[in-house]
Order: sequence, then C-alpha cells, then structure tokens
Amino acid sequence: MAPLSDPATATLAAGTPAVPHPATAADGERLVTVDLATSSVRALNAELHAPRAARYEVRHPRGAHALAVGVHAPLVIDIRGHAGYYCAGMNDGATITVHGNVGTGVAENMMSGLVRVRGDASQSAGATGRGGLLVIEGSASMRCGISMKGIDIVVGGDVGPMSAFMAQAGRLVVCGDAGDGLGDSIYETRIYLRGRAGALGADCVEKPMRDEHRAELADLLRAAGIDPVGEYDPARFRRYGSARQLYHFAAHNSSAY
Amino acid sequence: MSGYPLEPAALGLRESATFDRATIAAIQRAAETGVYDIRGGGAKRRLPHFDDLLFLGASMSRYPLEGYRERCGTDVVLGDRHASRPLHLDIPVTIAGMSFGALSAQAKEALGRGASEVGTSTTTGDGGMTPEEREQSKYLVYQYLPSRYGMNPTDLRRADAIEVVLGQGAKPGGGGMLLGQKISERVAEMRTLPVGIDQRSACRHPDWTGPDDLAIKILELREITDWEKPIYVKVGATRTYYDVKLAVAADADVVVVDGMQGGTAATQDVFIEHVGIPTLAAIPQAVQALSELGLHRRVQLIVSGGIRTGADVAKAMALGADAVAIGTAALIALGDNHPRHAAEYARLGSAAGFYDDYQDGRDPAGITTQDPQLAARLDPVDGGRRIANYLRVLTMEAQAIARACGKAHLRNLEPEDLVAVTIEAAAMARVPLAGTDWVPGQTAGGWL
Repeated sequence: MAPLSDPATATLAAGTPAVPHPATAADGERLVTVDLATSSVRALNAELHAPRAARYEVRHPRGAHALAVGVHAPLVIDIRGHAGYYCAGMNDGATITVHGNVGTGVAENMMSGLVRVRGDASQSAGATGRGGLLVIEGSASMRCGISMKGIDIVVGGDVGPMSAFMAQAGRLVVCGDAGDGLGDSIYETRIYLRGRAGALGADCVEKPMRDEHRAELADLLRAAGIDPVGEYDPARFRRYGSARQLYHFAAHNSSAY
Repeated sequence: MSGYPLEPAALGLRESATFDRATIAAIQRAAETGVYDIRGGGAKRRLPHFDDLLFLGASMSRYPLEGYRERCGTDVVLGDRHASRPLHLDIPVTIAGMSFGALSAQAKEALGRGASEVGTSTTTGDGGMTPEEREQSKYLVYQYLPSRYGMNPTDLRRADAIEVVLGQGAKPGGGGMLLGQKISERVAEMRTLPVGIDQRSACRHPDWTGPDDLAIKILELREITDWEKPIYVKVGATRTYYDVKLAVAADADVVVVDGMQGGTAATQDVFIEHVGIPTLAAIPQAVQALSELGLHRRVQLIVSGGIRTGADVAKAMALGADAVAIGTAALIALGDNHPRHAAEYARLGSAAGFYDDYQDGRDPAGITTQDPQLAARLDPVDGGRRIANYLRVLTMEAQAIARACGKAHLRNLEPEDLVAVTIEAAAMARVPLAGTDWVPGQTAGGWL
C-alpha cells in the first residue's frame, strides 16, 4: 500500500474547489454521528442534503449502498467501515473518507471535492466523474475511471482490465499495475502508470513524459498524500494517452473497434 | 410506384424486388466509399403498424359519448409508485428524448414551449440539459444515458423525472453517434469532448451491468433526489416481455418502450432497419409483463415509435399504454421535410419527404443542426406554437375515437375496442382479425 498521509492534511489537486476545514465552517465544532445499525440510509442522505453540521461520522455502514450520495455542501464525512455500491456518488464539494472497502461505482460522476477510500474499490471507481479527486489507497477493480470527464483518480495499488475506457478528461494515476485494455478508446485523459500495463486498449499509446507531466504527476501524488520521491518519483511512471486515430470514422479502422 | 415514369415497364423492363433501385444504389455507394451508411430517422421498411388496427365504434351493443359535449378526459399521472412528486400531465402525448447536439438549441426550446403550452412533458437527450430547455419546459424528463454527457446532480434535482435509458427502438443494443459536423464548441463543452470529432457514445452504462445492479442504481438516483422524482426506464423494443419485467424488478416507476419505427439522430442504416421489433408487437408484451406482476397502470407504460395521429395515440392506449411519446412527428411539426425546402434538399442530394441526413448537420429546416445560420431559421416561439397545435390535434383526434367507443377517458380504451385487418397485426397486437374471433397464436375462445 502506498504511504499515504492522513486525509485531513491532504491538499487538493490544482483546480479542485477548496474544501474548508471543518473548524472554519459555521458549525465546525459539531460532529454528528449517524449509526446505520439504528438509522436508515434515507435518513443519512436526507441529513447530508440539508446538513445541520459540518462534520459527520457514519458508523456500522455494513456495506449499504448509496451512502452519502448527492452531497452538495463542503461537509467532512467519515464512513467507518465498508460501503456498498455508489458510495459518495455525484459528490459535489464534500470530503468523504471510507475507512474500509467500497463496492461498484465509488464517487461515480463526482463534480468536486475529495473522496478517499482507505481500502480497495470494486468496479467502475470514479466512473464518469467530472471533477474533484478520488484516492483509492488499495487497489481498484475493472473499469476504474471509465468515461471519466475531468475527475482525477489516484490509485495506490493496481487497477483491473478496461480501466479508463473511453476516458474523456482528467488524470488517472496508478501506482501499481494495470490490467488489459487500459485506456481503450480513450479521448483526452492522461494516464500515469508506475507498474506494468497489460495489453493496451484500442487507440491507447505510451507517450513521452515531459517536464510538465512530471510536475503534474507530482502535484497529483502530493494531493493524494503520497510524497513524490524515491519509489514514487514521477520518473518511475510512464504516461499513456490517446493516439487520436479513432477520432473520426474511417474504413481502415474497422479492425480496431 | 407513383413518381416513377411508366416508360420502363412499358418497354418491357422489370425491376427486381430483391435488387430494387434503392438496394442497387446502396451497394454502389458502399463499393464507392467503403463505409456504411449512417442516417437519421427510424425504420423505413413497411411493418405491421397501428394502420393495421381499426376501432369498433359504438352502435347497439356499446353506447357512444356525444362528440364536443360529453367530457372525455385526457390527463395521466406518471410515476406515483415511489416518487413523492409524480408528473400529472394534461395529455398523454409526451415529447421523446432528443439531444441538444442532435437538435439545435432553438429546436429544443421550441419542443419545450409547445409541450408546456398543452401541459405535457419534454425530454432531454444524450447531451445534457440546456438552460433554454429547462426554462421553457414545464415538465422536463432528464435522461440518464450510458455516455452521461453533461450529467450532474444539480440538473438531476432540477428535473421533473429521470429516464434511465437502456436503449432506443432505432438501435437496441447500440450507442449514440454524433458526427464531427455537429460537435460545435458548445456541444463539445457540454459533452467534455474535443470539438469536431466523430462521437461514439457507449452502448452500456459504465457503472452497472445487469438488472440487479440497475435496482441499486435506481436506489442511488432516488437517494440523490430525495425520492421526489419519478424514475423511468426506457428500452428499445426487442425482448420486451422480459425487459419490462426486469425494469419493474429494478423498481422503475414508469417503463418506456420504443419500437423500431422510433427515430435516431444518427445510426447505421443496417442497424435501424434490421434490429428491434415493431411497436405494435411490443405493446402487448409489455402489458402482459405488467399485468402478470399485478402492476399494469400502477407502473405506467409509455409507448413510442411511429406515433403520427390521434388514431395511433388511441390505439396504443387501447392496447394498454398509459401515454405515448413522439419524436419524428414532432420534428415534422417543427418543419422537418417541408416542401418549402425542396430546392435545398435537392442540393443535398435528397428531397422533401425523403430527408434523413440528420447526422450531417446541414438541415435546411434548421432543426437537426448546430450551424448558427441554419439553426436561426427556426423561431422557437413559432416552433412552439406548431408543436402545441399538433399535440392538440393528436389529443382531439384520440378523444373523438374514444367518445365513439363510449369512453369518458382516453385511459378507458381497451383491446376489446380493436380489431386487426391483417393476420400479422392480429397476432402481434393480440386482437381478433376483423369479422372473426380469431387471434392468431392465442388459445381458442373469443368474446364473440
């Protein structure tokens, strides 16, 4: 696992709207605990959509689906345990930490904010995300970053096959290995991979790492809480992106689709 | 064969039914270009359709309602199974999903204006929600598509309903296309794509893979929107019986079934013509699925694909639909394929009544384009007026038929009001062949 710092000290990626520290929020001292052993997901999300506090702690999530979805305030939310599908879905501005593993589609379509998974993530992590930073300290399964549209994703471990499929914008950083089909039909997303890539997807190619890419990668690693030195020196990463050969229909591309 | 000169036949020439002129032209075009034909619209082939059904107006055994005097209701409530804010539409004819990108912003605004004037809904498409559309639409259904272009929680909360799109009748199993000519800066920005590329939308959703996952996805959408919005599930008509059952199992409030006559902005011709089933064949399957679950009318059914007249509306509803949606017909109402553009269609190698190159973005009517000069030809206010007029005519026509069948509300139309004039239509629609009690494929014993 990557040496990651405490999320409270992590800084956000350039261009990501700042999340105020809870102490600076109107009611920053107040911590509301929602225990899903006795409360419902509906009650949790209703509270988070009309928050009375700036900090929340969710206990006994027990793998429930749709935890902390549609949050659109700069809240700080800690989920103490494993979460099911679509945890932090469509997050817009909150800092959400899952102290456990997550199911399919964590932070799907995130707009802004920070979502951090202390454990592993299932399929389609960060799918279609449009902004913000998703940090997965463990590994992510298939289709990580599928159709991503501006989100930044940093994975401490490996990603499964077909990751960054049709990825349109944003950056995907993988500190481990990537499965087959990486970046298939990719558009303008930039992929940084430290380990080995399986067979690359259609129209995905390795590209040279220039100074601006090393600087960008260092910023992303720092934002995720990883010191970009030593084993995590940007020089150890390779960059992948679109060859842009499939941007227009052409008969000679028929075997590529 | 009208429009063709008589000379070939008079000369003893005979056209092949297998290799007719359109087929010959298609082969020649393929040989010349090396790419398949991409076009807009729906299936053009002749299919069993609503035209093959007739109503049994009242006489001795049924009691009609007085036209123009006795009330025939038209309203419909959509999505009251789970949503705290179901849609209550004044008429059961809605506007189907068509994207900003495929259509100009003016056209989208006109659809919103027209629909709002008569108290019905319009629908976004594979390009996100535009402010023009939201502001001019009293009821706006926000599509949730595999591409998720422009998807955002703010627009989800601003929507009146959410339509999870699994497919459409013109291309069940296929993703959207928008060719580079139509990827203007605004379209590209809304979709987070480079300007001018040929856009290929995904055909599968990126974060769920089957009906069990869809149930969780719908739960998420409900949670994001605090259980306010009706959730529709739209499928292209293929294995409709099973698809509707699974959509209901996934907790849909409304199921939308789009037959193969339903249009598209850009898809391969071979896909449009050869994948999917006719609207007529899909409706009874959907109704059977809902009925077996005890949820017919509780989960509402919206049918689209080839709705043109009030008779089509009435027939779809008599077969069990709660509402219908129109797309191609709405574009025609806006001015698509109008003879006044004949000269320009000719310059594009087409003709009024034949134009289907929506993918090209050079629409003389200014509807299926992103060219500012062409788009400016469509006045959204006047376009809205035409849409409202057309929707009113559809509704009044359907009411005229319903009254003749003795129905005080459009929803009271029933299969027993219908017969078929072809065996194929009788089998598909599951109504008797006219003058008989024979429903092909059904067990013996009719109501005669």
